[in-house]
Amino acid sequence: MFEHRGVTAALHPTEPQADPRTEIDRLRERMRRMEDGLARPELDALPGLSQVIRLRVGGSYQVDSASLALALMAGPSRGGAWCAAVGLSDFGAEAAAELGVVLERTILVPEPGEAWLEATAALVDVASLVLVRPPARVPEAVAAKLSARLRKRSAVLVSIGPWPRAEASVSLAEPRWTGAGRGEGHLRSRRVVLEVRRGSAPPRRTALWFPEPDGSLAPASSRWSEGEAVPSRWSSRERVETREVG
Amino acid sequence: MRTMTVWCADWPVVAALADRDLPGHLPAAVFAANIVRACNGAARDFGVRRGMRRRDAQARCPELVILDEVPERDVRSFERVLAALEELRPGVAPLRPGLAALKSPGRFYGGEPEAGAVIAECLVGLGVRDVRIGVADELFTSEQAARCAGVQESFVVPPGESGAFLRTLPVDVLDEPEAVSLLKRLGLPGLGDLARLPAVDVEARFGARVAWVHRVLHGGGARPLSTRTPPPELVCEVDFEPALDSAEAVCFSARQTAERFVAQLAARQLVCTEVLLVVEADGAVASERRWLHPRWFTATDLIDRLHWQLVGSLRVGDIRSAITRVRMVPETVVPEGDHADGLWGGTDARVERGIARVQGLLGQEAVVAPVLQGGRSPADRQALVPWGERATALRPRGLPWPGSIPPPAPARVFPAPWAADVLDAAGRPLAVLPRGALSGDPARFKPGGAETWQPVAAWAGPWPVDEQWWEGGRVLVRFQMVGVDGRAWLVTFDGSGWVTEAAYD
Repeated sequence: MFEHRGVTAALHPTEPQADPRTEIDRLRERMRRMEDGLARPELDALPGLSQVIRLRVGGSYQVDSASLALALMAGPSRGGAWCAAVGLSDFGAEAAAELGVVLERTILVPEPGEAWLEATAALVDVASLVLVRPPARVPEAVAAKLSARLRKRSAVLVSIGPWPRAEASVSLAEPRWTGAGRGEGHLRSRRVVLEVRRGSAPPRRTALWFPEPDGSLAPASSRWSEGEAVPSRWSSRERVETREVG
Repeated sequence: MRTMTVWCADWPVVAALADRDLPGHLPAAVFAANIVRACNGAARDFGVRRGMRRRDAQARCPELVILDEVPERDVRSFERVLAALEELRPGVAPLRPGLAALKSPGRFYGGEPEAGAVIAECLVGLGVRDVRIGVADELFTSEQAARCAGVQESFVVPPGESGAFLRTLPVDVLDEPEAVSLLKRLGLPGLGDLARLPAVDVEARFGARVAWVHRVLHGGGARPLSTRTPPPELVCEVDFEPALDSAEAVCFSARQTAERFVAQLAARQLVCTEVLLVVEADGAVASERRWLHPRWFTATDLIDRLHWQLVGSLRVGDIRSAITRVRMVPETVVPEGDHADGLWGGTDARVERGIARVQGLLGQEAVVAPVLQGGRSPADRQALVPWGERATALRPRGLPWPGSIPPPAPARVFPAPWAADVLDAAGRPLAVLPRGALSGDPARFKPGGAETWQPVAAWAGPWPVDEQWWEGGRVLVRFQMVGVDGRAWLVTFDGSGWVTEAAYD
């Protein structure tokens, strides 16, 4: 809670005195950071994703893509936390493992039915991150109650789909796959733009390779270079080579 | 020391028939590598013999019941015979499945033939009909005496007459094929002939076992029996008087038994990883289920499993009357050192409790753990195991699995594929011809669900897979398709139409 450097500064009055006004500003700044920042630690994030969005405990987040949700889950899961997913009957376990989710510490409730909210609330008690796909519109009051529980249990909720009063909404825009052509090759990597919206502020856009050919995430150059943009169409094959196996 | 040998004839066949709940009078034989290893009396009447080939045996007896050789099963089912013998007379030496020796009870039951009758009666009560008992001065002679006895009878060789009894037998009883063959070729067909040879020559020429039999023939060779220590009784059961009819009441009453079950295992530094829960109602087994635990069972885990089993059985209607008894049988126990927690970490008890709450809310099967396995389609490459059970029969991931889609894996794998549509440039439905060629290039597609039609920006494939063609399986041809909106799908042609199996969301 205490910043080590600040404490030592207070204990050593021999250091050069700063201007009182800037000192007050600095203290105010520290107060503000303690109120909304330091009091709520952040969960671990994947290396490529950490500069785009960091999940603060007690918050609820809204995403619009399954792979983005899995990538957000991979950070805390790799760090040793338990994660849960409610209502994801189409959970891609292999994709999750490729992104770094530790499946041994993953709890799935694929078909919670009507009781999805109760299941989510019970899992918030044990998991650091709960992924949920709400089957219907979520009332504000329910979200507020769950939010109190999240803060109490120091957990994070990530919703695939609309969530009222989400702390941030991350959407995956302009996906461009590379590797596939007119029948040849296969999907290798994808360049996306992640848009992070907080409140009514304009969205912050970051270009990412998600995933890179080796499966990791990495920032992409902001300008879209035409060479890698369009899936390669230069080699059109008349006949499709077949590989029969059985 | 007088020794009694109990011989349950044709034990592999008896055990295998009992295992499959077949009556014992059917002609049956146990085969290994298509050679008869053991057959019962009914099969022998048809002319089936040990060492016969399977097709010869079936030619002589077409209705022969074919059984596989499972040595563990023979040992396991002989265990109850040993336990019954230990009830009558402690100090039983198991020789092999079907054969056990014990110190002769002497006059305790009134005499040796009477003791044999008591034992035979006890084993017939267990369902072992062909039991023969031999009594003699030492082990080898008593085993031969048992083989000379009639069904459910004893053959007693009086003290000091072992040599005379053995001298009448042929050398085949030695059970040493090479030595028997050599003795016969030397013109020594009976044990009496063997007894006339000098001891030193027998040892040098035929080996230690024949030398031992030679000593027995001359009145020596007595060996102490290596008796076993009876295994501890680890099965726990609880009776309800009066009988209970609700799952909650049974679980509440069984809690102490579950704690005793775990505690007595812990006292032997063991933990149970697989348990068989048997619920009896009105004196008959009403519900029986085997439970696996990913780590090991604590008392709370056992009560949880019992509750799930009872709730399930009551709902299905397996249990119709009130429950009178619950039995907990440890199927697999391992030393607790194998499962010890690390000093830091291990499964969190808090997590297990939270999961148990969700299981109580939605049912045990509703909470699952994802595991990876081998396979070709994305749905085949993962499995969802109910939480608290161990994944079994997973396909190995290390194999090459030709025809599987290269990474990255799709983030959404639909449990039931969506019906999709793919058109070529002329607007006709696209088809994959029997030789694997496409009828055109895909131009527009609709992944199904709530998705709309859109032009194809890029596509890759095909990955044709012809699985289980010998059972009428279909050829599946998979494609990766990227729409103009940039999203990619895994679309499959299944011979008649198109489905969407997964999405690269």
